[in-house]
Amino acid sequence: MKILVCISSVPDTTSKINFTADKSAFNKTGIQWVINPLDEFALTKAVKLQESQGASVTVLNVGDATTEPVIRKALAIGANEAVRVNTEAKDSFTVAKEIANVAKDGGYDMILCGKESIDYNGGAVPGMVAQLLGQPFVNACVGLEVNGSEATAVREIEGGKETISVKLPAVIAGQKGMVDEKDLIIPNMRGIMSARTKPLRLQEPVSAAVKVEGVSYDSVPQRAAVKMVSADNLDELVRLLHEEAKVI
Amino acid sequence: MAIFVYAENINGVYKKAAFEAVSYAKAVAEKAGDTVTAISVNPTDSSDLLYKYGADKVINIKDEGLKNFSAKAFAQAVNEVADGNILVFPHTTDASSIAPMLAIMMDYSLITNVVEVPENLSPVQVKRKAFSGKGFMHAKADSQGVILTVSQNSFGTKENAASGSEEVKELSIANEDTKVISHEQSSGKLDLKEAEIVVSAGRGMKGPENWGMIEDLAGVLGAATACSKPVSDIGWRPHTEHVGQTGKAISPNLYLAVGISGAIQHLAGVNSSKTIVVINSDPEAPFFKSADYGVVGDAFKIVPELTEKIKALKG
Ligand SMILES: Cc1cc2nc3c(=O)[nH]c(=O)nc-3n(C[C@H](O)[C@H](O)[C@H](O)COP(=O)(O)OP(=O)(O)OC[C@H]3O[C@@H](n4cnc5c(N)ncnc54)[C@H](O)[C@@H]3O)c2cc1C
Ligand SMILES: Nc1ncnc2c1ncn2[C@@H]1O[C@H](COP(=O)(O)O)[C@@H](O)[C@H]1O
Repeated sequence: MKILVCISSVPDTTSKINFTADKSAFNKTGIQWVINPLDEFALTKAVKLQESQGASVTVLNVGDATTEPVIRKALAIGANEAVRVNTEAKDSFTVAKEIANVAKDGGYDMILCGKESIDYNGGAVPGMVAQLLGQPFVNACVGLEVNGSEATAVREIEGGKETISVKLPAVIAGQKGMVDEKDLIIPNMRGIMSARTKPLRLQEPVSAAVKVEGVSYDSVPQRAAVKMVSADNLDELVRLLHEEAKVI
Repeated sequence: MAIFVYAENINGVYKKAAFEAVSYAKAVAEKAGDTVTAISVNPTDSSDLLYKYGADKVINIKDEGLKNFSAKAFAQAVNEVADGNILVFPHTTDASSIAPMLAIMMDYSLITNVVEVPENLSPVQVKRKAFSGKGFMHAKADSQGVILTVSQNSFGTKENAASGSEEVKELSIANEDTKVISHEQSSGKLDLKEAEIVVSAGRGMKGPENWGMIEDLAGVLGAATACSKPVSDIGWRPHTEHVGQTGKAISPNLYLAVGISGAIQHLAGVNSSKTIVVINSDPEAPFFKSADYGVVGDAFKIVPELTEKIKALKG
């Protein structure tokens, strides 16, 4: 079994998000980059399948050279090899085109993604890849087993979950639950050492025109100062919520 | 050319997110001087519910093969009937799975998580959530055709009655790729992303056995319950309740946080709530800086008392 795991490189979750003075772009100064946390669940799942079913795991990132430390981390977690499509990720569509291009002749049984990237929150790449390749798509996956040419996937739905069998090859977008938080793999020294020598192949982009451009960015407006209410005066809190905020 | 909108139903019953998407589509149509056509798959609810929010026309797709959800099959079905420059979807799990596939089928630009009516229509330019609640992006479409998904609880539902008409479209889309094995859905439980009020609790609750008071408070408020990430990681509460940067992003009218410190990753998922109340025993808890109302004190004492007082208010 061959698994392709698509990872995006995103600002560490503790990052404050600032924009350039003219508000035309995200200000990357001082940002630490990490594997998109939702992709980490997908990657861990793939590594588990490597251990249990002998799957080979390729990680793929569409990005410029600055994403290489994040790719190396994915290799340290346990992926066998990596591909980087050498172009800046500009929008969901162009990224999906690049991924589909790598995947189309790769013979992958499964393409695993995160449900969305925590930077631009497109939630768009996996479904686009599936359609570009003519494969079925399962989103919001919180459980996955593979049996031969089929997978059994659990997907989160509003107010519950649904278990489905899906014919492979397929694109599956995961989140927490695909594996448990406690099962996420923290690379050890051996993993980090071996990641240095694992193959990281560079591929040139097919270059497609973008379909969406980020024109400008706004920060989140500041809230007015908090009103503190004494714990002995909850009547006042109820009054404020009822009469002032009008939310109850 | 009409504005099309996907009106999502669950087991035939329209979701609140469908009404919100129709309300949004109506606002776009008013700006464009256009009409709204809603598309629904196998609804049992009456189309009157959609006319109420501004749908001028409802196309009901009838297809036995679409009894179960499949992103690809549903995208194909919508593709059969949608025929406008702007298509609106709610940003629910199912609709946000259909939209990217459809964007490829139709060769449209896809802009997800929009929060306002487009500031421009040709080309479409619109404000959307980005950076997991830490910022906004004004996104411009580079194609004539555009699919927009509306971030839930961002635009709101707005009644705007139209005298609509209905068309039934029989389809038979083949769905050979996926098969539903089991479907578990608790009816009656409030959907966290649709809830107007959310009561959320964190590690300050000490253990899962103490959640009764959180559920009681949620009960009197008609609220959904949520939790911080560590609470779901250790299994005190289900993953579905985890809110924040790596969980669900929500925008209720009222977010009541109990025993949650207010880490940046938590705030990211909840800071677009309209009103935030924080109850925490530590006056230095960072969450107070991002709250509208704060109470310093022991949740174990405050929460039951607050529940009684709200019960009294509601009579
Ligand atoms: C990659 C990554 C992603 C993350 N994503 C998320 C996310 O999506 N969502 C999220 O929530 N977190 C996320 N976190 C975790 C986040 O950093 C915090 O650790 C977490 O939010 C803290 O949860 P908490 O507030 O419940 O617990 P704590 O930080 O332990 O806070 C407990 C609070 O309860 C208060 N308290 C204690 N006893 C009482 C009492 N009797 N009455 C009232 N108050 C009391 C304390 O004063 C304290 O403020 C993420 C972390 C990482 C590294
Ligand atoms: N630049 C990228 N390179 C590789 N995979 C990506 C990239 N961007 C997004 N993805 C994948 O697509 C998923 C959803 O991303 P998005 O649609 O951008 O929210 C991510 O969780 C990744 O699995």
